[in-house]
Amino acid sequence: MHNFFFGIYPYIALSVLVIGSVARYETVPFTWKSSSSQLLRRKQLILGSVLFHVGVLMIFFGHLIGLLTPIVIFDTLGISHGAKQLLAVVAGGAAGVMALAGGAILFHRRLSDPRIRATSSFADTAILALLLAQLLLGLGTIFVSLQHLDGHEMTKFMSWAQGIFTFQGNAANHIVDVALVFKLHLFLGLTIFLVFPFTRLVHMLSVPLRYIWRPGYQVVRSRRKPRSPAE
Amino acid sequence: MSHLLDRLNFLQSKELDRFSNGHGQTTREDRSWEDTYRNRWRHDKIVRSTHGVNCTGSCSWKIYVKSGIVTWETQQTDYPRTRSDLPNHEPRGCARGASYSWYLYSANRVKNPLVRGRLMKIWRNMRKTMTPIEAWTSLQGDPILRASYVETRGKGGFVRATWDEATEITAAANAYTTKTYGPDRVFGFSPIPAMSMVSYAAGSRYLSLMGGVCMSFYDWYCDLPPASPMTWGEQTDVPESADWYNAGYLLLWGSNVPQTRTPDAHFYTEARYRGTKSAVVSPDYSEAAKFGDVWLNVKQGTDAALAMAFGHVILREFHLDRQTPYFEEYTRKYSDFPMLVNLEEKDGKLVPGRFVRADDLDGKLGEKNNPEWKTVAWDEASGGLVAPNGSVGYRWGEDGTWNLEERAAKADTKLKMTLVDKGDHDAVMGVDFPYFGGEATPAFATDANHPNILTRNIPVKKIKTANGEMLVATVFDLFCANYGLDRGLGGDWVATGFDSDVPGTPAWAEKITGVSAEKIIHVAREFADTAEKTNGKSMIIIGAAMNHWYHMDMNYRGVINMLVMCGCVGQSGGGWAHYVGQEKLRPQTGWQPLAFALDWQRPPRHMNSTSAWYAHTDQWRYETLTSDEILSPTAPEGDWDVSLIDYNIRAERMGWLPSAPQLKTNPLEVAKAAKAAGKDIPAYVAEQLTSGDLEMSCEDPDAPENWPRNLFIWRSNLLGSSGKGHEYFLKHLLGTDHGVMGDDVAAAGGKLPKEVKWHDEEAKGKLDLLVTIDFRMSTTAVYSDIVLPTASWYEKNDLNTSDMHPFIHPLQAAVDPAYESKSDWEIFKAIAKKFQEVAPEILGVETDIVALPILHDTPGEIAQDQVKDWKKGECDLIPGKTAPNYVPVERDYTAIYDRFVALGPLLDKLGNGGKGISWNTEPEVQHLRDLNGEWLDGPAKGCAKIVTDIDATEVILMLAPETNGEVAVKAWDALSKATGREHAHLAKPKEDEKIRFRDIAAQPRKIISSPTWSGIESEEVCYNAGYTNVHELIPWRTLTGRQQLYQDHLWMRAFGEGLMSYRPPVDLKTITEAVNTDAQEGLPHLTLNFITPHQKWGIHSTYSDNLLMLTLNRGGPVVWISEVDAQKAGMVDNDWVEAYNVNGALTARVVVSQRMKEGTIFMYHAQEKIVNTPGSEKTGLRGGIHNSVTRTTLKPTHMIGGYAQQSYGFNYYGTVGSNRDEFVILRKMRNVDWLDEEATQKEAAE
Repeated sequence: MHNFFFGIYPYIALSVLVIGSVARYETVPFTWKSSSSQLLRRKQLILGSVLFHVGVLMIFFGHLIGLLTPIVIFDTLGISHGAKQLLAVVAGGAAGVMALAGGAILFHRRLSDPRIRATSSFADTAILALLLAQLLLGLGTIFVSLQHLDGHEMTKFMSWAQGIFTFQGNAANHIVDVALVFKLHLFLGLTIFLVFPFTRLVHMLSVPLRYIWRPGYQVVRSRRKPRSPAE
Repeated sequence: MSHLLDRLNFLQSKELDRFSNGHGQTTREDRSWEDTYRNRWRHDKIVRSTHGVNCTGSCSWKIYVKSGIVTWETQQTDYPRTRSDLPNHEPRGCARGASYSWYLYSANRVKNPLVRGRLMKIWRNMRKTMTPIEAWTSLQGDPILRASYVETRGKGGFVRATWDEATEITAAANAYTTKTYGPDRVFGFSPIPAMSMVSYAAGSRYLSLMGGVCMSFYDWYCDLPPASPMTWGEQTDVPESADWYNAGYLLLWGSNVPQTRTPDAHFYTEARYRGTKSAVVSPDYSEAAKFGDVWLNVKQGTDAALAMAFGHVILREFHLDRQTPYFEEYTRKYSDFPMLVNLEEKDGKLVPGRFVRADDLDGKLGEKNNPEWKTVAWDEASGGLVAPNGSVGYRWGEDGTWNLEERAAKADTKLKMTLVDKGDHDAVMGVDFPYFGGEATPAFATDANHPNILTRNIPVKKIKTANGEMLVATVFDLFCANYGLDRGLGGDWVATGFDSDVPGTPAWAEKITGVSAEKIIHVAREFADTAEKTNGKSMIIIGAAMNHWYHMDMNYRGVINMLVMCGCVGQSGGGWAHYVGQEKLRPQTGWQPLAFALDWQRPPRHMNSTSAWYAHTDQWRYETLTSDEILSPTAPEGDWDVSLIDYNIRAERMGWLPSAPQLKTNPLEVAKAAKAAGKDIPAYVAEQLTSGDLEMSCEDPDAPENWPRNLFIWRSNLLGSSGKGHEYFLKHLLGTDHGVMGDDVAAAGGKLPKEVKWHDEEAKGKLDLLVTIDFRMSTTAVYSDIVLPTASWYEKNDLNTSDMHPFIHPLQAAVDPAYESKSDWEIFKAIAKKFQEVAPEILGVETDIVALPILHDTPGEIAQDQVKDWKKGECDLIPGKTAPNYVPVERDYTAIYDRFVALGPLLDKLGNGGKGISWNTEPEVQHLRDLNGEWLDGPAKGCAKIVTDIDATEVILMLAPETNGEVAVKAWDALSKATGREHAHLAKPKEDEKIRFRDIAAQPRKIISSPTWSGIESEEVCYNAGYTNVHELIPWRTLTGRQQLYQDHLWMRAFGEGLMSYRPPVDLKTITEAVNTDAQEGLPHLTLNFITPHQKWGIHSTYSDNLLMLTLNRGGPVVWISEVDAQKAGMVDNDWVEAYNVNGALTARVVVSQRMKEGTIFMYHAQEKIVNTPGSEKTGLRGGIHNSVTRTTLKPTHMIGGYAQQSYGFNYYGTVGSNRDEFVILRKMRNVDWLDEEATQKEAAE
């Protein structure tokens, strides 16, 4: 059972994430959007959205770097496991609280405004609920982490995550003995990956980062065929 | 290829070029996504169609079809262009029309034939053992079974049926009713044929073949202004909207052009750019008000006072102090101003009486033909009395003298308008004029109280007649006195200046209307001054606002008087522009044979709906308006103290108004009895009616024999829109739950009517079967027994015309009828076919007797120069003269379908025509045989086919002068015979033109000038009413042959309307102490005048349930009140409110607006109660429609008949359903209850 949830389920979730996203992008490209409800009601959105997005992005990249950076790099750089964990707890905790507060505002807004409620799909509400639950679980792990500040526990997760990505059949074994709250957090995280292509979360793959450095404020798309020899 | 792979191009530069110093960038990004948006607007075809009832805008539209589905519509822009210096007709269209395609695939579409569940159950059960006729007979014979479905009307419970079942029930019911009670118990209601002529004709052709009753609409809608037939002998004829551009002065009076005539409003804007000055008269700050240079915010319902003051100023400054040559000549030639009126003595005083006729004079002025119908004037040329050409006496029985040449008895004349000069009169005498201004109800009362009789001095001439001396005066002299003008003759009640407090002056009008005297004088001067300088280019655009009052004639005649005084009528850019429910079926004479089956049998059965619904919905039982409240203090002696229904019965009896049903006994049986007695039918009926063995149905509308039994409603939403007294319809006609809260006359202790039989037990549920044919589930459909799904306006072929523009253009099937729907033409064909199958069981070839009232524009219209009632023994009953004519009509009930689809033989035999002229039409009938094909055998052997709706359009187009130049020339020649003048030059240049359906499918076509209408189609002038009267010297079709501003019929004089005057709104007494529970409980509430203008978000009820239009307003019913009133009753914008009175209650949201006048409430007319309408706290039922708080009231002067222009015509003259004198109580709702509970198990099981 444990092996299914943490050895096999990750592959299912990640496969669905990748294949599902590509399929959606290819077949129904006009559904690839953030479905902002700003037009319906601006109130609450700006505060909630900024808190939520900043928090979530910090957490996301924190997890990405924290879990997938090979342990050897930390060792080489001389960052102790304890220091890394402290950083994770403090920064992650702050970001988590931000995201939770923002998410709560957004959740309240989504349910209480009759127009937004009426225009929300099940997926819109459910994904927000899932993210909130995940944030609570994530913050819940802090209390466990504080009991062993040496960072040993954290290396188990790094090993597991890196094991998954390096196709080690026994990756799940790394986390057999971690606290239940961690397992729940991991499971829910994988589930969010699983439902990702079916929700508005896909918009994070299309963040218009290029806007930051594109030179022109007037963009003209050429009528010329791309890669035509005439160019 | 792949969206993802195409974007994986990180190694290639996206940039091709930069420009604008690097601020712009050309990229090589993929553009294929743009095709999605291109495909969004890509379509397979565009088909020309339009919107086929209700809206009379008649805009041609492009209907877009994609994959077999109608996707959207846009405005056509290809109207034939106008001449230079005149703006084009397009753009024409509005948001309402642009939202129509929503209906086609909406949830509100009727998709299958539906039958009331309980009825269906009974029917299927009975049909197991019985024939259709037996089944219906046994169902109607069982009162419990009948009640079981009748009582559930309006409460849901429809089940799907097949077309076969639904048409079978309908046909069986029709046949049973014909056999049991008579075919005149089968009614059909459908309005505005001009907008989809074939659809209308489908139902009316079926009914007419069967002998059923076609009910009028224009009068019932109160869109018919009776002042028009009174003055001009013309239903309504108006300038096309392009002619607004030619106006020098535009007075908008109670018309909200940008809101309700949206497609035409651009001409108003363009006229303003051209420099036309405009004044707007409207109680509220309407959308039109902001177009005006001046806004006259008149108090609602007092327009006649304003018109009178305008007239006072115009007469004073342009006719008396200074005689404008153009006005003087115009009124002498084209109005009745010079005609002489006999002054009759009443109680020792003089009152204006009848026009002097040739018959009154010694030697009758040599006139042998109709001398009693030739009016008389004083001729300056000969210095004696003459009977000028053109009066109605010249129209019938002789040729060549019915014209407006200034001639009489073959000699030139110059008629004298006034006898005011010393040498011209023999005496100056006091003549009494009634004054009604002092009788206003509290809401309209002012301190401008004057006695109810005003005696004014008139120059009088004494003429000797066979019966002694006669005192006479000209209409002009009486007219000026009536406006309170001082002619230097002394006496009372004439104004020395505009500031005198004498009825007629601006100062007097200011007190009543709230418009300052200064403004009145200013506008009147500019109006007349413009007309003088431009030879009549001052125009008045009027909307329903003025016509929906009980005394609408006074408002309209006030306006018409102004126009005639200033020579505006019949001049391009001038005249009377009444745009209310325009009914200009341009190819009318081609359409009538098709619509009323005149090709098979004549006459059809026509009924004026106002009188019919007043009787059959028992609104008469609740009548609170008594005749003494409206009778003139100067009324001649007579039996005037009877109820309004009694007047109507008299009118029907004397052949003035039609009847439906007609005789209490089945006419098929009466015909048999006559045959058995070996007597001629009219003589037999006359004898039986005189003896009392036969009764007219009108005398006992509540007797079950006289109930309308079957009712077809198609192209209409009678119960959701036009049904004044909605709750009375529900109670008495339908027999279901209703919100009537008042007592009938007996219970209220009032005076019972005299001529009608009163039943103590009220009649409920008169209809056996209500069949509605619609494309959407309207309020009417919800109350019906059978609902048949019809093709929408984008799914059928038909014709469309309007009086707003001169074109004819089609409706076309862009797609096949969706779901199980069929076009109206196919539906009635199917019913006719079924009828032919089931009826022979009880019906064969039968003789029917049609009671025909005395009709306008027929030789019979000069029937009664005196009012005599045969029932009182004042004269004999002579059918067609002193009573309706009783015409035998043979009907073949075994060949209704065969006749329906064939053009019958009577057109060959009797020819075709209209409005008093007729012509041979054999060549056209032969053309139709060639074009549509010919039946080779069967009952219609040798007749042209009319199988498809396109065949039907070709019949109309071929037979009508407006669409067939050859016929137009024939028609003008026919008219030339009567006038003695050549008119064919108006159509000669187009003699070879024949418009066919495919021509108008290609592009709208301008019609051809025809004598059916009083304007012409030309490259020189716009269409303008009265143009041929003025320029071709064709008389108006009135008693005097001129624009008649004095009405001399006995009833007109009795009710004080010989001349125009201000009559305040009547008191309908609908807010009783008993009903006003809010006053009893001391709760905040308002008493407001209930006004129902036309809305911006719908055309009547159409579009009021359309999601797109609902989105633009508040998504359901609303009423509007002023900020001041709202504050008084503690209401804020968007509150739920309830309006009620004894007639019923309605619920709506309130819009609080500074645009509104205090004391009034607007409820835009016909907002469907099927959308967002909560329950009423007062009635416990769902809130009603706007007509839930109204009740219709008849006016006796509209019933007059047998008297030249005051003779009946279908939709042409007759009683009208006014509704604006109504008051309601408005209060904030305490509980908003949506009445949304689930059905009980028992109900659900059914």
